[in-house]
Amino acid sequence: MSGPERCPVTDWQTDFDHTAPEYAADAPAIWQELRETCPVAHSDRFGGTWLPTRHEDISAIAHDTEHFTSRGVIVSVLEPQVPAPVGYAPPISSDPPFHQIARGLLLPAFAPKAIRPLEAPTRAFCAQLIDQILLDLPASGVVDAAEQYAQHIPVRVIAHMLGVPAEDGDRFRGFIHRILEMAGQNEEPVSAEDTMVHYIFTQIEKRRDEPSDDLIGFLLQAEIDGVPLSDDHVGGTIALILLAGIDTTWSAIGASIWYLAQHPEECARLIAQPELMPFAVEEMLRAFAPVTMARKVSQDVELGGKQLHEGDWVLLPFPSANRDPEFFENPNEVILDREKNRHAAFGLGIHRCLGSNLARMELTVALEEWLARVPEFELADPEAVLWSTGQVRGPRKLPIRILEPGTSTTTTGAR
Amino acid sequence: MKISFNREACQGHNRCYLLAPELFDVDDEGYAVLLVTGDVPEQLHAKAQLAVDNCPEYAITLTEENPPA
Repeated sequence: MSGPERCPVTDWQTDFDHTAPEYAADAPAIWQELRETCPVAHSDRFGGTWLPTRHEDISAIAHDTEHFTSRGVIVSVLEPQVPAPVGYAPPISSDPPFHQIARGLLLPAFAPKAIRPLEAPTRAFCAQLIDQILLDLPASGVVDAAEQYAQHIPVRVIAHMLGVPAEDGDRFRGFIHRILEMAGQNEEPVSAEDTMVHYIFTQIEKRRDEPSDDLIGFLLQAEIDGVPLSDDHVGGTIALILLAGIDTTWSAIGASIWYLAQHPEECARLIAQPELMPFAVEEMLRAFAPVTMARKVSQDVELGGKQLHEGDWVLLPFPSANRDPEFFENPNEVILDREKNRHAAFGLGIHRCLGSNLARMELTVALEEWLARVPEFELADPEAVLWSTGQVRGPRKLPIRILEPGTSTTTTGAR
Repeated sequence: MKISFNREACQGHNRCYLLAPELFDVDDEGYAVLLVTGDVPEQLHAKAQLAVDNCPEYAITLTEENPPA
């Protein structure tokens, strides 16, 4: 969790730390307080970082590629080394005009009609996971829905898309932990063979001799203006898909199950009215949006009365935008049939999450299959729920008790 | 009720396509394509409103032909 040198946060307005466990545990309350008292907060940590919390400001930054660059999207004491407009993991790290070219290559693979064929295998995999959980169910009925269910779903789907063995999933999770959850903090040194870069370049090498029809093979054959993509471009994009597609979706599935575990009446409603599911999924995405993006200031600019300087980091907490009362009615209430829901869970502007259709499908299928098999469940120990730190927020430990139908008791409400 | 769609503002969130497939399709890159020109059939007014109310980029607008006096 916290690095050895971390100083505790004394003031969220002037010294926030988005990698602190207390931020992870209570982020919605922190955003709310900042929105009311200091809507553009600052911290000297990570070389100088801003935290806007209002929808208006977050949207303005996401739409402004002139003053903000995507060269760095994970706030860290380390400076991003690959310059704009390409960046280290195109297209998420890219700026116009290159961004549109790199993104255009990938868009068809992630469009709704391309994602649809993945639904049936995802459904079968979710069903298989739950069947196994129920088969191995201890007498207590307690299982970890984050570790035993949610995390496996996107790992399997992404491995399938990339064309790598499903068993490599455990390694993916290790990479993600080091890169996203421990960004900029020194953990144990790792051997070169155990790095994501090494893993990806091994996969690329394999396909040099044997072309494949998976996403890695596709990128190796792709061209921009008749020129094949550089290995760094291909490797960076694969890294992006691996990092961005897994713990994000895992977080959304876990957070939704966390909410439903506290609201048996909502589970019953979703089971009785499956036509609500498309609205419920968007509402879960709004209320529990996992992803906070980041930018670097590329030209001095004013925001919410504060002067931002070139080189400063800016966090884009989309989940805070999603709870802004200026933008949403009753933002802290989860309203499963909310009809007006312009949520920003997948970002705003030109960097809209490339995998949004995939994530939406996975979340929908994961919840449908779960409720079909586990209609009644509750938090086994609310205090034991552990939220991830950093820019992707979701439950990493989520002990729930699976109940015999008809025995549930309503527990406390969610934040 | 008339519907219009701003392709420049669309970022491919696909909310309209999910909520109102009678009014919106998506192209190969996942950007919305408006299927009707001008008037929205009466029975699709509610779906048109949903598409508007869920577009994060405000790319869809509805206008009443004869606004009430």
